[in-house]
Amino acid sequence: MRYIVLLTGHRPTDAPPELMKAIMELGAEASASGALLDTAGLAPATDAARVELREGHLSVMDGPFTEAKEVISYAIYDVRSKEEAVEWARRFMAVHQQHVPEWDAVSDVLRLMGPEDFGPPA
Amino acid sequence: MSQGAARKAVEAVWRIEAGRLVAGLARITQDVGLAEEFAQDALVAALDQWPGSGVPPNPGGWLMTVAKNRAIDAHRRRVVHLRAAERLGRDADPTDGPEPDLEDALDDHIGDDLLRLVFTACHPSLPMDNRVALVLRCLGGLSTDEIARAFLIPEATAAQRIVRAKRKLAEQHVPFALPTPPEMAERLASVLEVVYLVFNEGYSATAGQDWTRPALCHEALRLGRVIAGLIPREPEVHGLLALMEIQASRLRARNGPDGAPVRLGDQDRRTWDHLLIRRGLESLARAEALDAPVGPYTLQAEIAACHARARTAADTDWERIVALYTVLGHIWPNPVVTLNHAAALGLAGRPADGLDKLDTLDEMSRGAGLSGYPQLAAVRGDLLARLGRSADAAAEFRRAAAATRNDGEKALFLARVRDLQP
Repeated sequence: MRYIVLLTGHRPTDAPPELMKAIMELGAEASASGALLDTAGLAPATDAARVELREGHLSVMDGPFTEAKEVISYAIYDVRSKEEAVEWARRFMAVHQQHVPEWDAVSDVLRLMGPEDFGPPA
Repeated sequence: MSQGAARKAVEAVWRIEAGRLVAGLARITQDVGLAEEFAQDALVAALDQWPGSGVPPNPGGWLMTVAKNRAIDAHRRRVVHLRAAERLGRDADPTDGPEPDLEDALDDHIGDDLLRLVFTACHPSLPMDNRVALVLRCLGGLSTDEIARAFLIPEATAAQRIVRAKRKLAEQHVPFALPTPPEMAERLASVLEVVYLVFNEGYSATAGQDWTRPALCHEALRLGRVIAGLIPREPEVHGLLALMEIQASRLRARNGPDGAPVRLGDQDRRTWDHLLIRRGLESLARAEALDAPVGPYTLQAEIAACHARARTAADTDWERIVALYTVLGHIWPNPVVTLNHAAALGLAGRPADGLDKLDTLDEMSRGAGLSGYPQLAAVRGDLLARLGRSADAAAEFRRAAAATRNDGEKALFLARVRDLQP
């Protein structure tokens, strides 16, 4: 089964190089173990847009938006259980805890629907 | 934390750490069987303690520390035992030396240790089913019960395969070491064969009602990715991974809403997994970028890539596929390749050439037992149908339906028979 982990928070003004190095190392480890399928950082909301449907009307808004929290990165994991995806997310957040303990952020661990949601009964 | 939640958390960590744990321990013990037992001890300790204490901040390190302590205890017990034996005037064992420097031994070269574990668990002296069970157990972190369920065998049988594999490695003094350069080709072939066998067991289950058992495909994919990271300079490692990623991309499309199997040409390509296709094509490019001749896995991946790149079945470049089968048949002649070559000729609009190809197969495989192989009759049936010989074709599909042990496949063949009847 596949999970996407979305990191949300205030975008840190400057990430220490040690943090970036630790993130790269964890990513390399997760890829080498066969669990991490895909990951990327998302550009700041100044490059973003929002298309909204509200009360029957469509509107398009360019970023940045009023709320300062942004989705910062995603990672897609191929795992056997939700707990395994949570463990990878926990390791990812522990790296931040170690290098930028004052930073508040959230990683949501969301299952991507797959064959098990559509396929024939097992 | 509840018992159930803690157990699942332990299992998740185990799944991530099992390979490195066993590999690191085998460096100390020089014995994969012992290493696996110490690792299991650590798992039991975690299952016992984590529900009360919570998952430790560094669970992998925790498991390793516990397992290492077991290894040290066992070493001390062995030394004490040997000293006692010495006092009784028996021969002292030459291994009765100072305690090994375990800390140093563990910290370096975990990648090398994993690689040693891969090659040792896939050692050619072990029967194939033992290799498969040992790899899934030591590298995949599967329990005996999970292995048994995946292969539709009793748990006792799965356990026996692992016990026998460990015993045989010890009896034959198989070293926990990398193959020597002259051994390399054969040993690597064994590793890739084990991984692909696991994949195929999942992809086309040979028995039972499930057309695929995707969990096994995922285990094989993960093993393939681990090995591609460990042996990045061998094209066939990437070729095999590419083949598996691309084939797995079609898992969802292989069954219709009613669970019946759907053939490649009839699959809804929108349901193909494009993330896996992208990864497969990347692995294929990696295999081809290496300065080495391509091998059978890479060529098969090339063929799979032809399908993956075709937006519709009609867009498939069958001439290229036929050409690839021609090369594959030269470097890796075997009946299944010939069979697929014949089928591709039919799809390339040359069914008569396909039948000629099948005739060479009959000569090749005389006495090799392929006559009962359902795909042989099915391919012949397809070629005959393309030539307009409906009655002959229907007879072949009936033969295929009678020969298969897969219920879904049987239904597919019988549907062809119905379509062919006037």
